[in-house]
Amino acid sequence: MQLVTGNRLRDGKVVYFAGGETWSPAIDDALLVEDDRAETLLREALAGSVPRPAVGPVLIEAVRANGRIHPLSLRERIRASGPTTGPTAEPLIGTASESGG
Amino acid sequence: MLLGEDGSLRDDIWTDLGDDEVKNGSAAITVSLARWKKADAALRASNRKLGLRLPNDAALEELKPDLDRFELIVLNFPKFTDGRAYSQARLLRARYGYRGELRASGEVLRDQLLFMRRCGFNSFHVGERAIREDWAKAFSEFDVFYQTAQDGGPWVMRQRLGNHR
Amino acid sequence: MYRYDDFDHRFVDERVAQYRDQVRRRLAGQLSEDEFRPLRLMNGLYLQLHAYMLRIAIPYGVLNSAKLRKLAHVARRYDRGFGHFTTRQNLQLHWIKLEDTPDILAELASVEMHAIQTSGNSFRNITTDPFAGVAADEIEDPRPYAEIIRQWSTLHPEFSFLPRKFKIAVSASAEDRAAVKMHDLGLYLRRNEKGETGFEVLVGGGLGRTPLLAHSIKPFVARRDLFSYLEAVLRVYNRYGRRDNLYKSRIKILVQSLGPAKFAAEVEAEWRATDRDAVALPDNYIAEIASGFELPDYDRSPADEQALEQAIADNPAFARWAKHNVTAHKVPGHAVVTISLKPVGETPGDCSADQMDLVADLADELSFGEIRVAYEQNLVLPNVRRDRLFGLWQRLDAAGLGSSNIGLASDIICCPGMDYCSLATARSIPVAQRLARHLAGREDEIGRFSIKISGCINACGHHHLGNIGILGVDKNGEEVYQITLGGDAGNGAAIGQIIGPAVKSDDVTGAIDRLIAAYEKLRQGEERFPETYRRVGAAPFKEALYAAR
Repeated sequence: MQLVTGNRLRDGKVVYFAGGETWSPAIDDALLVEDDRAETLLREALAGSVPRPAVGPVLIEAVRANGRIHPLSLRERIRASGPTTGPTAEPLIGTASESGG
Repeated sequence: MLLGEDGSLRDDIWTDLGDDEVKNGSAAITVSLARWKKADAALRASNRKLGLRLPNDAALEELKPDLDRFELIVLNFPKFTDGRAYSQARLLRARYGYRGELRASGEVLRDQLLFMRRCGFNSFHVGERAIREDWAKAFSEFDVFYQTAQDGGPWVMRQRLGNHR
Repeated sequence: MYRYDDFDHRFVDERVAQYRDQVRRRLAGQLSEDEFRPLRLMNGLYLQLHAYMLRIAIPYGVLNSAKLRKLAHVARRYDRGFGHFTTRQNLQLHWIKLEDTPDILAELASVEMHAIQTSGNSFRNITTDPFAGVAADEIEDPRPYAEIIRQWSTLHPEFSFLPRKFKIAVSASAEDRAAVKMHDLGLYLRRNEKGETGFEVLVGGGLGRTPLLAHSIKPFVARRDLFSYLEAVLRVYNRYGRRDNLYKSRIKILVQSLGPAKFAAEVEAEWRATDRDAVALPDNYIAEIASGFELPDYDRSPADEQALEQAIADNPAFARWAKHNVTAHKVPGHAVVTISLKPVGETPGDCSADQMDLVADLADELSFGEIRVAYEQNLVLPNVRRDRLFGLWQRLDAAGLGSSNIGLASDIICCPGMDYCSLATARSIPVAQRLARHLAGREDEIGRFSIKISGCINACGHHHLGNIGILGVDKNGEEVYQITLGGDAGNGAAIGQIIGPAVKSDDVTGAIDRLIAAYEKLRQGEERFPETYRRVGAAPFKEALYAAR
């Protein structure tokens, strides 16, 4: 399954397309669609009034697990959770600790 | 529509003569480099105003003898990030002494206008956006420059040495 | 250091105003992202994984305490209270908001700083030796020339849309501490037989997908001809550099495809056709810029060497720091101190706002207010009296800045990698942290050793130039690491060679450990790794690395 993500124009924050003109920083708000609907979703995300709220929207693979949405790639997991090291590090989304395992 | 180096807007009196056209009734025509190279005698003898359109990878040295034949030279920015025409402009002005109108065409955007003028362009092919967004303001964003340039403007070395006791 | 005059102040203020309007137009939808991206890059603003990243220029690595305090303030007010010093002597902040950037640039302008051209397809930061002006082996201070080139290259109307970025480095001492040969254009300051100052010009260095060292194309350009010659190089590049392929657009590709001799001839022809007098750099102008770099009024009374020796004898931790972090100064009784930003297990090159403030205070007290940034991602206090070294170390140590590892295995150069960077293919920081933890205990026995780590092929971690280089790549969604051997920066610059198949993340520490152990066994006398590697070749290292454990 796929969803659309980008970075918010005014502050660069990671955001997820939730439909219409809504972009949310919470990945669980993302519209998650089957692969055959992905291109349509992306077109929807790219439409809307200018300036569009999110920069560089792209499709990424994700799954629903334990009621949450998890991106599949390590890069997108880092985007969702923040750096894995340093003073601001949090556990990576989709790891055993995060999903309550 | 044309933007002048002073920020004024005017209509473009020039028309582009296609490579296969013989004439188009206009008093001011531009020709491509390819067309000029075909050494069309009628064209060369013409008393119409002549302009030359150059691709941004054109060699310039070989054009030197012909330059004063052209009242206008049009250089091209196929994408605004392709900066080859800046060097062409510098060379045409500084090395080959071209004094006619030097025009920027292609993807000409507001935030490159001042760079272009400093390289020697004195007219800019723009669209309606230039009016809506008041592109003329771009020319006055800086009055301090760190390099000498073709528009004869001040540059810091001259200013500093001028201040030197 | 150089201080802005009215022209510089006016320029940077006009630049801030221009940029503020560009942001306004972007947020109002008048500029598309495609139109805006080159403009924000020309003010050092990237869009990275988590937020915008601002790369603040630290011209040729020179700071004073006011500037460093401003960086600390900006990190606190607009970011998360820390910054990252880079391999081009700049500072990066990872959590920046676009809407804050005009105010940030205005604050920087108030202390004569900016983020101009720290990205984009034009000139980048002019870099030089972090010991410039105070090194014992220096011919002449390179900083005035770096400043002169910085100004000349700032918003140059002809060269603001080059095929790709253009990095310049200047070195003026016997030892090249600026990695000149890995730059698009490098300048070695030289004196000719008449004692006139000029430059040997090297062109075509660069790392990334096609790592190449620069070729010397002209043995001596008189300093008067510096601008005209640079113009000739840049004009040839601007006109003939490839623009069809992002990965083939650097000047190194043009030099390689023409061949260095033909490239040099093209530049020479262009230069000869130029009106050199129109852009001549006169001696009196150089003197005017150089006057900003006059050396401080040193206290030349003899330093109490005995007290220093006693402190070294009494305190092994201080002794170690004095051995590795302190370098000879050209003025007797003084020293150049390198502050390590590589505490074992931490992010290499990172510095908190509090640490920046402390270093600024120490600079005021002990170094005439001056600080440098080394491309190895460490800080330098260039003017410390030797009898103040012990007190300095104590205060650094208390703030987590006392690591005694300069030039050793845990002094790792490391890019931000996939924890931060949208270009990255793997993480780099955790690899550096694990390695440093593992090696620190025996790094004194290992001796001088450079490990450099990049999180992608763009090589911001300079992995090609590491004695051991580590490149993180993505293999089917897994982070794996390619290892190169035998690289070196400086006078003996060499590109490292790939040793074999990539290694899994968990195996990297063990692999490096075995390689270093092999080196320790094979080396003769005082050989550093590159010499051992050249002498014995790759085979023994391959064997050590891939042998069944």
